[in-house]
Amino acid sequence: MATAIEPMPRDRLSDRRRRRGRELLQGWGFAAPAIVLLAVFLVLPFILAIYSSFTDQRLVPNPNLPTKWVGLRNYRRLFENESFLSGLVFNGIFVLVVVPLQTAFALGLAVLVNQKLKFRNAFRTIYFAPVAVTMVVVAVMWTSFFNPSAGLVNSVLDTVSFGFLTPERFGFLNWALDRHGARAAIIILSIWQGVGFQMVIYLAGLQSIPDSLYEAARIDGANPWQQFRHVTIPQLRNTTIFVVLSTTILAFALFDQVEIMTQGGPQDATQTMILRLITFGFRQGQVGMGSALGVFYFVLVVVVAFTQRRLLKEERAVA
Amino acid sequence: MEVMDAVRHVEEGVDVAGRSRRLRLRRPLTYAVMVLLAIFFVFPVVAMVVLSLQPDETQVIADQDSIWAFFPRALSLQNYEDIFGRDVGRAVFNSALITVVTVGLGLVVNSMCAYGLARLQWIGRSVVIGAVVALMIVPFQSVSVPLLLVVNRLGWLDTYHVQIIPFVANPFFIFLFYQAFIGLPKEIEEAALIDGAGRWTIYRRIVAPLSRPTFATVGILQALFVWGSFFWPLMVTRGPDVRPLPVAMQVLFSDPNVPLGDVFAFAAVMTLPILALYLAFQKWFVQSVASQGLKG
Repeated sequence: MATAIEPMPRDRLSDRRRRRGRELLQGWGFAAPAIVLLAVFLVLPFILAIYSSFTDQRLVPNPNLPTKWVGLRNYRRLFENESFLSGLVFNGIFVLVVVPLQTAFALGLAVLVNQKLKFRNAFRTIYFAPVAVTMVVVAVMWTSFFNPSAGLVNSVLDTVSFGFLTPERFGFLNWALDRHGARAAIIILSIWQGVGFQMVIYLAGLQSIPDSLYEAARIDGANPWQQFRHVTIPQLRNTTIFVVLSTTILAFALFDQVEIMTQGGPQDATQTMILRLITFGFRQGQVGMGSALGVFYFVLVVVVAFTQRRLLKEERAVA
Repeated sequence: MEVMDAVRHVEEGVDVAGRSRRLRLRRPLTYAVMVLLAIFFVFPVVAMVVLSLQPDETQVIADQDSIWAFFPRALSLQNYEDIFGRDVGRAVFNSALITVVTVGLGLVVNSMCAYGLARLQWIGRSVVIGAVVALMIVPFQSVSVPLLLVVNRLGWLDTYHVQIIPFVANPFFIFLFYQAFIGLPKEIEEAALIDGAGRWTIYRRIVAPLSRPTFATVGILQALFVWGSFFWPLMVTRGPDVRPLPVAMQVLFSDPNVPLGDVFAFAAVMTLPILALYLAFQKWFVQSVASQGLKG
């Protein structure tokens, strides 16, 4: 190998070495602030989360009870905890309802504002606007709209149904006070705030479909519905995979609106994983339990993200 | 052949007539649907603003479920005066400070890191790129509890920096900058290098100005995250001194003695500045939020 190196004038060789040495230093110099911050505030807590999830670590240590290794106890307790299981149930319901509804709604909105219509930019602006509204504010506003006796929602329902849809007749119209009503209310306000984001992603997807495909379909005699079904939908496959899975991940993170509106009630009907995480890890000071939940949550997110990569790769392999 | 052509012409003729009739019917229908949807998306904001201008609390309660939630019967800033007497000014200041400092530092730190990764050859570079991509997947919530333990030991609770420093560096933002930088033409930078410019000068004078759209994208995205952040401040702030808006909003909202008019005024204070910025820089906002699509 050594013989392969051509003899080089000394000054040029050292010059190149010096430059490479400088690049090494400069490279680390540019990256160092971010690397240090990520190491301290992301990597270290991540390692700590895995470690503490096997200990009985507490937020405020008790000097008489040193932290000890407890094996899988935290994980076992987690899955014996009724509230946590209720949280899993509501997170699951939320995913199953919100993901299809919001995805279909977003696609519908994107198709609407993608037409050549007057004022379409104004409509785009309006449909996207809730994304710029902080979730805490959204939750506060909708909590007052969903007030069973003095809220806008019930008053509208009452009016359009000529007094048929009332909380007395339908329990769920007590919204935050009713198991099903609370779930429905959280779902509605979440879609209201989130759908604009997915709409924008779909809009970008729609605009990347070549016109020639639609022309070809028209020549073959496809009507608008057939064009949508056989050109638009298949062409949006990757966009849909992204939208579905990112909505799923967001749905697992459900917290702000629940904390404001119901705090997980009534009777744990709107309990969520992250609500439990903050209860264990912060309010009850059980770092071990909170960490175990954090690790479980991380694994869930990784599974969803890898499903997405797998599906996208398949697509590339086929194409 | 001729017969076939004739048939086709007839068919097309019928079809065109049918289609234009359908279109004539469809247009107003489309608009009606779009307007209804627009109402669905704006009514909470309109009601919030209208009710916040009503100084009489009994009137707020009476109006909130009627048509008067959308047409102001009073134009008074009384509620706004009231909430600014309740430490809201402090919360606005806190949120603004935390957002500006986090975004300012974040833009510098994340873009610098991305520049180092995109343009310099150094040992460990590919490992760092791999780590950044891998870390994009770690949700903040899953590391929040041990991080709380760490900042608690450091005595950082109830400070500004506990709400700033952990959120400066962000793997996803590094990734966005990295993608933008590797797409820039190398020639200008190489010419500058030959002219004797240092890397820092090149980053500041050439790369950063050329990537302004990416800076805007990342800045808006990070600002939206920080401004709306609720989960972490809930755990690390106690009193009103460093409390940001979302937590202050929860405190106000869960106090039964606080009039609704004040709650609506507070909501308007939190929302209207962002909405104004959104309307002014709409394109950037949409692009920012849509850039999350790159995560896939």
